[in-house]
Amino acid sequence: MFGLADVNSFYASCEKVFRPDLKGCPVVVLSNNDGCCIARSPEAKRLGIKMGDPWFKIREQTFSEKIHVFSSNYELYASMSARVMSCLEEMTPRVEQYSIDEMFLDLRGLQKSIGYETFGAQLRAHVQACTRLTIGVGMGPTKTLAKSAQWASKEWPAFRGVLALTPGNPARTEKLLSLQPVQELWGVGSRIARTLNTMGITTALQLARTNPAFIRKNFSVVLERTVRELNGESCIPLEEAPPAKQQIVCSRSFGERIVTLEDMRQAVCQYAERAAEKLRGERQYCRHISVFIKTSPYSASEPYYGNVAVEKLLTATQDTRDIIAAAMRGLERIWRDDHRYAKAGIMLNDFTATGVAQLNLFDEQPPRPHSQELMNVLDGINQSGLGQVWFAGRGIAPQWKMKREMLSPAYTTRWKEIPLARIG
Amino acid sequence: MDLIMLTPTESAQALALPLFLEMVPCGFPSPAQDYVEKELDLNEYCIRHRSATYYLRAHGDSMRDGFLFNGDLLVVDSAMKPEHGDIIVAGMGAEFTVKRLLTRPRLCLQPMNAAFPPIYPDPDELQIFGVVTHIIHRTREVMKCLD
Repeated sequence: MFGLADVNSFYASCEKVFRPDLKGCPVVVLSNNDGCCIARSPEAKRLGIKMGDPWFKIREQTFSEKIHVFSSNYELYASMSARVMSCLEEMTPRVEQYSIDEMFLDLRGLQKSIGYETFGAQLRAHVQACTRLTIGVGMGPTKTLAKSAQWASKEWPAFRGVLALTPGNPARTEKLLSLQPVQELWGVGSRIARTLNTMGITTALQLARTNPAFIRKNFSVVLERTVRELNGESCIPLEEAPPAKQQIVCSRSFGERIVTLEDMRQAVCQYAERAAEKLRGERQYCRHISVFIKTSPYSASEPYYGNVAVEKLLTATQDTRDIIAAAMRGLERIWRDDHRYAKAGIMLNDFTATGVAQLNLFDEQPPRPHSQELMNVLDGINQSGLGQVWFAGRGIAPQWKMKREMLSPAYTTRWKEIPLARIG
Repeated sequence: MDLIMLTPTESAQALALPLFLEMVPCGFPSPAQDYVEKELDLNEYCIRHRSATYYLRAHGDSMRDGFLFNGDLLVVDSAMKPEHGDIIVAGMGAEFTVKRLLTRPRLCLQPMNAAFPPIYPDPDELQIFGVVTHIIHRTREVMKCLD
């Protein structure tokens, strides 16, 4: 048996934990650069705010009550997510973090000691006690069914956030799947759902009853796996350790458009630094470094320009200096004046687990001496929380950095920002 | 100095005080080497349940003869079951407040400053954030307050 724990309106709920005054108030969280709505509290949903609504539109509307708006505070969300994760690990031995607010659980053998739904309620109570966040728990013989159960536990409040689909009660599973639209299934995107709908497959149950061979022929192995999982055949195992990354991407939209090469260099330099740090976190070395820059595709009055440059290194590296240098070479090649750039990023590819490589006779870049030690010191300082060191190429006071005008404090990760409790 | 005292996060370095059981004369290879025990970690002392522990800063007028001062660091366990006599943090209106919880003879929140009257909240309305398990003063600042 698998379980899926999902935190209810995670970002918005995190914002409420340390703000007793927001109890029962509508809360909305905005995307990077305060672009559009990416999370809503139930109260905000009731007011009709939709996911993806742009902030400038929400701001102009009038609502019956005050809406509390926050920029996304990823420091806080990551910290609360880690707390939820360790709460679940205290009660179930194997947990897979599937996303920032969803975790798969291994519930094998549980039935022998305690009922599934009793256990689900205990998980919920424990997470609530430790983090003040509410989770929904879905359980089923496969990951896909656990996800469907979790969907249903949200859809029908009568389940009180906990629902188990067991092989012993097939009628219940069937009933639920007959009520679940096919596009709500795990692993079914909106495009596939549309095609399925034209074939007359609109509910999860109809998909479950379709011949897997037919699905494989007309769609993909992935969707075939979904069909099998819906019938109780587990095809997707729990992955405790995420597979080693094959690619690292660091990109951001700018708070303000970038028009000068110098500003763009600073931005790309910072992304290169961050990407290199991530690479070392994965204990990998990379050989391919690509840089991309683009203008806004939505601007009607300006011509669109976007381009990618790929730099190949002869020896794999994880040294920030090499990665910055390659990124700068790439940027020089694709930079065009007279554009207002909206986004840039860096991608690292072609990983190897060691930096050892046969040195080339004509290699212009021999490995730097003491590279590893220097990078260790760099990461050590930056991860200590005591201070930051960075490459001067990134500048001191960038104007282009992310806009987060309604940011809440990092309540759990910065001493200066911990919540206050009044003496009285 | 203060910072070292106040870093009970996992990644930060714990205040490391090796515990020797013997006096060591200078100039010799240390005969105490075999006796070094595990280093003391303030986290271990203050935190029982990491995922449920939060830090809050006390602020406001403190009592001269009390034991809670403006600027004190509160270590709060949100999973601990509050009991009669505990010091707790509760959400009251727009903010968190530190109070003493009395469950008998009737539910009461006693202020930590005698200048304020006790509060008798509705048991269903009371929002307890957690139990204060430790209070950490910065002694110098506290002594300045008292002088």
